[in-house]
Amino acid sequence: MWTPVGRGRWHGRALTVWATSAAHRGRLEPRLTPSRGAAAKSRTADRLYSSADRKEKIDMSRFSVENIRNFSIIAHVDHGKSTLADRLLELTGTIDKTKNNKQVLDKLQVERERGITVKAQTASLFYNCEGKQYLLNLIDTPGHVDFSYEVSRSLSACQGVLLVVDANEGIQAQTVANFFLAFEAQLSVIPVINKIDLKNADPARVEKQIEKVFDIPSDECIKISAKLGTNVERVLQAVIERIPPPKVHRKNPLKALVFDSTFDQYRGVIANVALFDGVVSKGDKIISAHTKKTYEVNEVGVLNPNEQPTHKLYAGQVGYLIAGMKDVTEAQIGDTLYLPKQPVEPLPGFKSAKPMVFAGMYPIDQSEYNNLKSAVEKLTINDSSVTVHRDSSLALGAGWRLGFLGLLHMEVFNQRLEQEYNASVILTTPTVPYKAVLSSAKLIKEYREKEITIINPAQFPDKSKVTEYLEPVILGTIITPDEYTGKVMMLCQARRAVQKNMMYIDQNRVMLKYLFPLNEIVVDFYDSLKSLSSGYASFDYEDAGYQTADLVKMDILLNGNLVEELVTIVHKDKAHTVGKAICERLKDSLPRQLFEIAIQAAIGSKIIARETVKAYRKNVLAKCYGGDITRKMKLLKRQAEGKKKLRKIGNIEVPKDAFIKVLRTQPDK
Amino acid sequence: MALPGTRARGWAAAAKIAQRRRHAEGARGSSSRAPPSSRAALYVHWPYCEKRCSYCNFNKYVPCGVDEAAMRSCLVTEAQTLLRLSGVRRVESVFFGGGTPSLASPSTVAAVLEAVDQAAHLPADSEVTLEANPTSPSGARLAAFGAAGVNRLSIGLQSLDDTELQLLGRTHSARDALQTLAEARRLFPGRVSVDLMLGLPAQQVGPWLGQLRMLLGRCDDHLSLYQLTLERGTALFTQVQRGTLPAPDPELAAEMYQEGRAVLREAGFRQYEVSNFARNGALSTHNWTYWQCGQYLGIGPGAHGRFVPQGAGGHTREARIQTLEPDNWMKEVMLFGHGTRRRVPLGQLELLEEVLAMGLRTDVGITHQHWQQFEPQLSLWDVFGASQEVKALLAQGLLLLDHRGLRCSWEGLAVLDSLLLTLLPRLQEAWQQRTPSPVQGG
Repeated sequence: MWTPVGRGRWHGRALTVWATSAAHRGRLEPRLTPSRGAAAKSRTADRLYSSADRKEKIDMSRFSVENIRNFSIIAHVDHGKSTLADRLLELTGTIDKTKNNKQVLDKLQVERERGITVKAQTASLFYNCEGKQYLLNLIDTPGHVDFSYEVSRSLSACQGVLLVVDANEGIQAQTVANFFLAFEAQLSVIPVINKIDLKNADPARVEKQIEKVFDIPSDECIKISAKLGTNVERVLQAVIERIPPPKVHRKNPLKALVFDSTFDQYRGVIANVALFDGVVSKGDKIISAHTKKTYEVNEVGVLNPNEQPTHKLYAGQVGYLIAGMKDVTEAQIGDTLYLPKQPVEPLPGFKSAKPMVFAGMYPIDQSEYNNLKSAVEKLTINDSSVTVHRDSSLALGAGWRLGFLGLLHMEVFNQRLEQEYNASVILTTPTVPYKAVLSSAKLIKEYREKEITIINPAQFPDKSKVTEYLEPVILGTIITPDEYTGKVMMLCQARRAVQKNMMYIDQNRVMLKYLFPLNEIVVDFYDSLKSLSSGYASFDYEDAGYQTADLVKMDILLNGNLVEELVTIVHKDKAHTVGKAICERLKDSLPRQLFEIAIQAAIGSKIIARETVKAYRKNVLAKCYGGDITRKMKLLKRQAEGKKKLRKIGNIEVPKDAFIKVLRTQPDK
Repeated sequence: MALPGTRARGWAAAAKIAQRRRHAEGARGSSSRAPPSSRAALYVHWPYCEKRCSYCNFNKYVPCGVDEAAMRSCLVTEAQTLLRLSGVRRVESVFFGGGTPSLASPSTVAAVLEAVDQAAHLPADSEVTLEANPTSPSGARLAAFGAAGVNRLSIGLQSLDDTELQLLGRTHSARDALQTLAEARRLFPGRVSVDLMLGLPAQQVGPWLGQLRMLLGRCDDHLSLYQLTLERGTALFTQVQRGTLPAPDPELAAEMYQEGRAVLREAGFRQYEVSNFARNGALSTHNWTYWQCGQYLGIGPGAHGRFVPQGAGGHTREARIQTLEPDNWMKEVMLFGHGTRRRVPLGQLELLEEVLAMGLRTDVGITHQHWQQFEPQLSLWDVFGASQEVKALLAQGLLLLDHRGLRCSWEGLAVLDSLLLTLLPRLQEAWQQRTPSPVQGG
């Protein structure tokens, strides 16, 4: 059964809308709830919840701090996070058990391929246990490293996590990354081994893996089948027993963390908040620590999982508030809200979105520019983490330089443009933000800082004016069956990666940790890894700062003339390989002309690669009799027309196609 | 089978005598004083072949049986109709192409020629060419074509290598080809042309030059060199596509072409067009008409023509094409007297574009006088003299613009299509910027 959900719903910076945007893809998956932060129109859809009367507001004051548990579910893709969430909601009566809670999960292909978990919904569960009424807040986390900042903010509102592992597949790279995020946040981790009903399930093996990798005794694992509901009740008990209540105080001044935000076209921004201290109620004035703007609270409530207004929210509780914010950038994830007369120290860890991958985006046809512009604007209104700068290329025309949180983020953005706005774009090979530590006093004065970030190769300062260059690095985790270890290691070495760790997580599975320069994985690393391991190896990574790098600026020359759009920043060790590849691609796509063309890659005055396109020696149609002159003339005129549109570099005519072939993201090697 | 009438036999006999005369002045000297609009060349398409060649995508059919009488009658009818429509008074050349026109009966050829001579004037010294495959005509049959009025043969020899001939799907051997060539020269001395292909899959420069040299020892005064073009829909195209045959190497083909041109020049041949070489002034009048944008009529299935339908009161030159498929074409000819499928009036600019693209294929290029016949207002200097891009081509030595006119250099001729990509837009630009011709007072 398909339920129309979330259409026209605006969402903040995470994955949910992406998941709900393309119902036609039609994958049936269990799903928690269709309409957290729903726009008015999605409310008219069939409700699957025993929705409470909105007028009858819940009194939240009866849930004292010691009866509150805030937790999150984290898992590798397809390990059963959403199904478990469904069962928890049913068990606590949040959603109706008699109905079929398998909902349509409209995943984008890219999410499937890249192994991201679709985030569950935030929901407040009311659970009665041994005569006590508990408030269990299940807090949403997006499931991909690109959004690790959001994950960390969400986790900062939790005291514990359920780490779900598939009893058949065992620990995967993403399980490891998720675990360490929770571990670093000092959260209680409850390992849950799911899918024990499967024929090939081997929960004992997975228990051992968990013990070995995470150092959690195997008797702490809860073995369940979320699908069948087996042992799910035990999970709820463990949440109450093993996760501590939040350490907060109602008496203190209000201190609320914004951990997510969505945009509703009728009501404006809906901010999801966790109260660390104090109380908030309708009519309160609040201030954003980040923007210092003051707002008046129009509505507060809990998510169960639809928005349900309450009189107030109290310390330790999780819910939403609507306060006349008009733009998602006004409710940035990680921001702290407080009362005007009682300023508080903002919660630590707030960061503005920091793009890590940049790519040029151009319409395939310049006449499409305005359509594309409006599509990009519509997408970014919901996703403040995409940075947009107008850019123009002599070859590709007007476009933008977009910054993304990561590769997946970029691919999803591009895919949404294509699928939802039917926009065809040229996306150039992604680049990463390099840095330079300046030594030239003049430049430091010009930039007003010693360390600058270089996004556009044209800004690359000369080596003589620089103490050192830096490149972003990431710590990658790879889990692979051991038969592929050799190949995986060779691949990593070829990507300039340094091995940090290697361990067997069971008899035949190896976990490898490598420090990678980010630019080495932004193009095709994941595809190469999947293909050499027949799809079995999994990969995840976390930000690991910057490291010194021997970077050089590489020019591409055509008969000695610089091709501005092909200037590239590259590591010295890779300059030859990259230069050669660009020269070869150009050679294959540059049409012959009436003279020879030398294609050269150069670093400074030193040529490091060269290809030659020979001059035409013969280009004339053999037969041209009375026959079909018309056809011949048409062909010539069409070619002549096309020639007018070519970009001239020196006296060389370069078709747009040649640039596209060189600049565009290469799908596969 | 109807025999050609006495008048036709009379024409054929006169032509027989005339064919011994050499066109020493070359093709250009053969024009008469009659106004251009009353003169034309005539192309006759014979659409049938014995077998499909692996490289050919022309409009041709391999039939079970040909109703030759019907075909003949239709060709005659269409020739009469189009000659009347065009108002042409003098046909200066006839070319029987195909298909394989040497499979037609000499009497059919004679009937068409007779009809042409009746409807317009076909001077006795007009060039009448027949395309012949080395297999189809025996010596006696060639002689019969001669008696029917044919005075020039174009032999589709293609290669002197039996493996290559097989690859091309030809039915003849190298030996057959040389025999036919010898026979043809005996019957039509000084009036025989041969075609040789280059750039075949796996063909190498050395052996190909060997073929050319061997051919030079046996051939007459006219030779055509064609680079194989792989046409979609041919067997050869499919084989290359599937990888069962190597794709022809354009570099090697270019080398064969350059070396071949040099060898022919040394042997005293004038390269008077991109693919055509002649010595002793044996240029083909018929093809020259195409390159000079003269008028021509095309009859037979799929034939193309370009003429002003003056006889029907027209003043604009038209591009015409006849119905492709032979049976349909015949039905139309029987119903309407002709099988013209499409008529497209050519604008002045389009005509000039053709003058440019066709004229530059010849060694003399476009003379100022020639250009003036088509465009009296805007000279070649006006159009091309000031263009920086054209100057670059002149400086590169690919193109010449001087007191004689505009033409390709020896090197430029081989890359004409590239040159045209600069010249055609320049012409269009000049045409748009031209000052309107002065209007007489008022």
